[in-house]
Amino acid sequence: METLVMPAINFAAIMPETILSIVAMVLLLLNVFVPGEQKAYLAYLSLIGIVVAFFSVVSGWNAPLPMQEGFNGSVLQDNFSLFFKAIFLISAGLAVLISDHYMVKEECNYGELYPLILFATAGMMLMASGTDLMTIFLGLEVLSVSLYVLAGYNRSNIKSNEAGLKYFLLGAFSTGFLLYGMALTYGATGTTKIAKIASAAALDATLSSNPMFVVGMLLMAVGFSFKIAAAPFHMWTPDVYEGAPTPMTAFMSAGPKAAGFAAFIRVLMVAMPTLKADWSDLLWILAVLTMTVGNIIALSQNNIKRMLAYSSIAHAGYALVGFTAGNGEGTAGILFYMLSYAFMNIGAFAIIILVGKKGEPNNNVEDYAGFGVKHPVLAMIMALFLFSLAGMPPTAGFVGKFYLFSAALKSGYVWLVVIGVLNSAASCYYYLRVMVYMYMKDPVEEFDWMKLSPAIWASIAISAVGVIVPGIVPSIILQLAQKAILL
Amino acid sequence: MFDNVWLIPLFPLIGFLINGLFGKAIKEEKVIGGIGALAVLCSFAVACMTLFNIISLPVHERVHNVPVFTWIKSGTFQADVAFLIDPLSCVMLMVVTGVGFLIHVYSIGYMHGEEGFYRFFAYLNLFTFSMLLLVMGNNLLLMFVGWEGVGLCSYLLIGYYFHKKSAGDAGKKAFVMNRVGDFGFLLGVFTLYWWLGQNHGIWTIQFTELAKHAELFQGCTLLTVITLVFFVGATGKSAQIPLYTWLPDAMEGPTPVSALIHAATMVTAGVYMIGRMNFLYIQAPTTMMVVALIGGATALFAATIGTAQNDIKRVLAYSTVSQLGYMFLAMGVGAFAAGIFHLMTHAFFKACLFLGSGAVIHSMHHALHHCHSHDDAQDMRNMGGLKSKMPLTYGTFLIATIAIAGIPGFAGFFSKDEILWQAFANPHHGSLNILLWAFGACAALLTAFYMFRLVFMTFHGECRITPKAKDHLHESPMVIVFPLIVLAFLSVVGGYIGMPKILGELLGGIPNYFEHFLAPVFEFSEEFTKAHAHVAGHHSVALEWGLMGLSVLIAFVGIGIAFVLYVKDTTIPAKFTSAFPALHRAVYNKWYIDELYDFLFVNPCKALGNFLWKGFDVVVVDGIVNGVGSIVMGFSGILRYIQSGYVFNYAFSMTLGAVVIVAFYIFR
Repeated sequence: METLVMPAINFAAIMPETILSIVAMVLLLLNVFVPGEQKAYLAYLSLIGIVVAFFSVVSGWNAPLPMQEGFNGSVLQDNFSLFFKAIFLISAGLAVLISDHYMVKEECNYGELYPLILFATAGMMLMASGTDLMTIFLGLEVLSVSLYVLAGYNRSNIKSNEAGLKYFLLGAFSTGFLLYGMALTYGATGTTKIAKIASAAALDATLSSNPMFVVGMLLMAVGFSFKIAAAPFHMWTPDVYEGAPTPMTAFMSAGPKAAGFAAFIRVLMVAMPTLKADWSDLLWILAVLTMTVGNIIALSQNNIKRMLAYSSIAHAGYALVGFTAGNGEGTAGILFYMLSYAFMNIGAFAIIILVGKKGEPNNNVEDYAGFGVKHPVLAMIMALFLFSLAGMPPTAGFVGKFYLFSAALKSGYVWLVVIGVLNSAASCYYYLRVMVYMYMKDPVEEFDWMKLSPAIWASIAISAVGVIVPGIVPSIILQLAQKAILL
Repeated sequence: MFDNVWLIPLFPLIGFLINGLFGKAIKEEKVIGGIGALAVLCSFAVACMTLFNIISLPVHERVHNVPVFTWIKSGTFQADVAFLIDPLSCVMLMVVTGVGFLIHVYSIGYMHGEEGFYRFFAYLNLFTFSMLLLVMGNNLLLMFVGWEGVGLCSYLLIGYYFHKKSAGDAGKKAFVMNRVGDFGFLLGVFTLYWWLGQNHGIWTIQFTELAKHAELFQGCTLLTVITLVFFVGATGKSAQIPLYTWLPDAMEGPTPVSALIHAATMVTAGVYMIGRMNFLYIQAPTTMMVVALIGGATALFAATIGTAQNDIKRVLAYSTVSQLGYMFLAMGVGAFAAGIFHLMTHAFFKACLFLGSGAVIHSMHHALHHCHSHDDAQDMRNMGGLKSKMPLTYGTFLIATIAIAGIPGFAGFFSKDEILWQAFANPHHGSLNILLWAFGACAALLTAFYMFRLVFMTFHGECRITPKAKDHLHESPMVIVFPLIVLAFLSVVGGYIGMPKILGELLGGIPNYFEHFLAPVFEFSEEFTKAHAHVAGHHSVALEWGLMGLSVLIAFVGIGIAFVLYVKDTTIPAKFTSAFPALHRAVYNKWYIDELYDFLFVNPCKALGNFLWKGFDVVVVDGIVNGVGSIVMGFSGILRYIQSGYVFNYAFSMTLGAVVIVAFYIFR
């Protein structure tokens, strides 16, 4: 009789995911007993979970290979995934910090929010460390299902409902592409393990011209493009970002986007280096389309959440520029950029939350008139985030863009960089427009908001530090990012 | 050993952040001022430790690069945030933090009750931070960051009373003039970096690296250009001809600012920069001559203007320009150590003078305010006889005045005499030396005259304000007087560490500690001068004694004239002005240089600006920009319609995208 061989389980490789899931389940149970006005305790508990998970991420840094691998090679917690996990945890932590304030204001303070954020984060982590197409898919689904709920979380608000439903329908649709792509890849290579796909393609030269393999790659690219909101698969983004509760918009624009990139990069660069000529062409087109569409439509947006949604599309385009480069610098640039973007975007959204009234009737750019006079400190910090988004020194946004573009230049994509820089210049228009309203127009109506909670202050302060410090001392983050590349 | 030097700039930065961000909320003046002063005191403490550490090392191990982090790295270009600790930067550190601390303390009393008290201290701390970056930076780029930072703070502080138009204008003037200079500095950095990299493959902007390769610049034809454009930067920052006119106007700022920024520290940045790059300057004889001539001419020219000003701070401002001229004269004749020495002693006595004048103005203002008089509290014609009312201020002011006049035994004498001697005896400029010396000597005469004129007009004779107001004149509080006493003390003893050789020998072999201390920094220049001197620079000791006697005599003559004119027979000045009305008017109006600049530069620039604005900008540029803008916006509007909001449209777009992509790859 054959002995049953147990798969090589290594819980160290999924430690952060495990911690988050356990905390999330505990929270779900506790939620039943915590009365409505004390839901903030759940936020504190989830923060503790996030911090503990963060420590486990830090302790895993530079671990020896046997410690990284787990579940028979389905997950690999290498530096690459650890860097991304840190980004996810930071986004999740900041999102939790800005949530309580908002949810109380909008009167939708149901406790399920925090477990859902944690589950989504665990899903993202699996996407980043998955080395099997199935693991990646599993992570993606855990993430997506949580996000559908989070987008429609404010169930008394019709826009939020619309956002949740649209995201669900289109997300399911895009999953079809992804899954089909995975199936074709499996059909062509006979495996779903990323390393084995690579070795199969390396052994069999004909595979690179096998339509099944190529189309598999393309369809997976379509699926991931949906996740990172690359044009022309971006159209869900503005509607969902506008309708979703603002803290969740902030979260979605930072964490899940980074998760999409993590899986996308691993699949293309590790599993399909033989198709590099094909996918770098595709990425080139996607990058140009994404940057241009995002920026141009953002120009004529009046709703600030919608404007930041298009801006987030454009930022995915910049990151795609670094991806197109296909070299280590590009990957390090994406890592750096995703981290900076998490800080600057969530920071900006935190201030939008502060300004917004119940039901968000005043999220238009005009509503920021005179903000600089009424609240000079907050306006200054908002200006900082906007400058960073526009890519001006000495902020992290500038340094990140600089690394992305210089990586592309190194690989010889001069025109791509030219288009990127032009786009970046155009984007200044809509970021600076907010500043014009903040500083150069007289206030129309009073800014009345709830008392600033320490949590939201903390999130704004952390974000500001996260934008300024890497802008002035980029080397500390960049050196970590360089240790986290895949090649 | 020097691992903690990064703390030195950090403390003022923290002070700036605390006062800048929370100062308005703190409100309590004592806390704000305390934080500001404490930050600088902490820096001073670390700076002292650094100095002791340096002294404890053998002479040839006194140059240290202390890296903090890599700031920019791109290709061959690398700029670190790293600090250079050597004798020169130690001297500057002591001056900036030591004098800076005293002025911070003084400001607590002086700025009492001013609107925006916290703003003042935040700027002052930011200034200290920038100045420390400037003197500690181990590469040109970091130095430039500090260089720009101090310029910004200077602008902010000159315009501190921004509701006054004259203050705003003065700030702008200072900023624009500094920008002209900064442009020169930048050109210097670019050219230097490019030349060394292009011709020798050494891509560096780090001072110690540049110094290591100093020989490579021999025969570099561009070196004269490089050093000259750097010098343009120095003339802007250090108020030398032709970019000096902003400094007198900068007196619009509060008096502690004038003392700290526009006398003791920032304006000496140009001198420091030349000292830092002495190994380049010494190899560019033409530049050395230009520096010496500009320095000498500025010393004399500014001194002439100083003789006819009635505003107490303006006299001191022109005096500062003139003294800076001395420092550049020293640099231009290769007497780098003497120049830095004068920088230090000047910081002591000029800070003391400015702070003393501040105390006077403060008291005058208070008195005039009490009896609702609108007389100018800064006009010396309204003062007189303050000696008995403000004895401590008078005493310290007099000591500092004696020091600047160059009376033996006080700090100014040692440093100024060294410069004059070097101007006469240096081996670089041949027969030009006599002229340089004459510039310096004449300026010394005028300095003694106008400084004692100031003392006599302010403190001696009859009090010229109303008796009622006079009763309200009083000595300043301790927080203001204490820094004066310390600075006066330093104005006396500060000179003894840099005793001229012949004096030291006479007094039993006291060496010139200061020069020996700085020797490692200027080693290359010394060697170079020895190897390339035109004349064997041997002058007799008798000559040196003679010149020293002469300069002392000159000082006494200047004081004597001032005594006769402003104490003995006070009608003479009026007679003099009526005898030579044109001359007096010209001097009084600062030789009409401001008007000349207005005519030559400002008005043409304004006209050009107006033309470019209305003719070119509005029509051409705005036309193109708005045109492109509307096209893009139109496009944006169209694209917006595609975003219909219907899920099936979105799904269709995705499908279409996927189909196009797949089709493209299959059928290509």
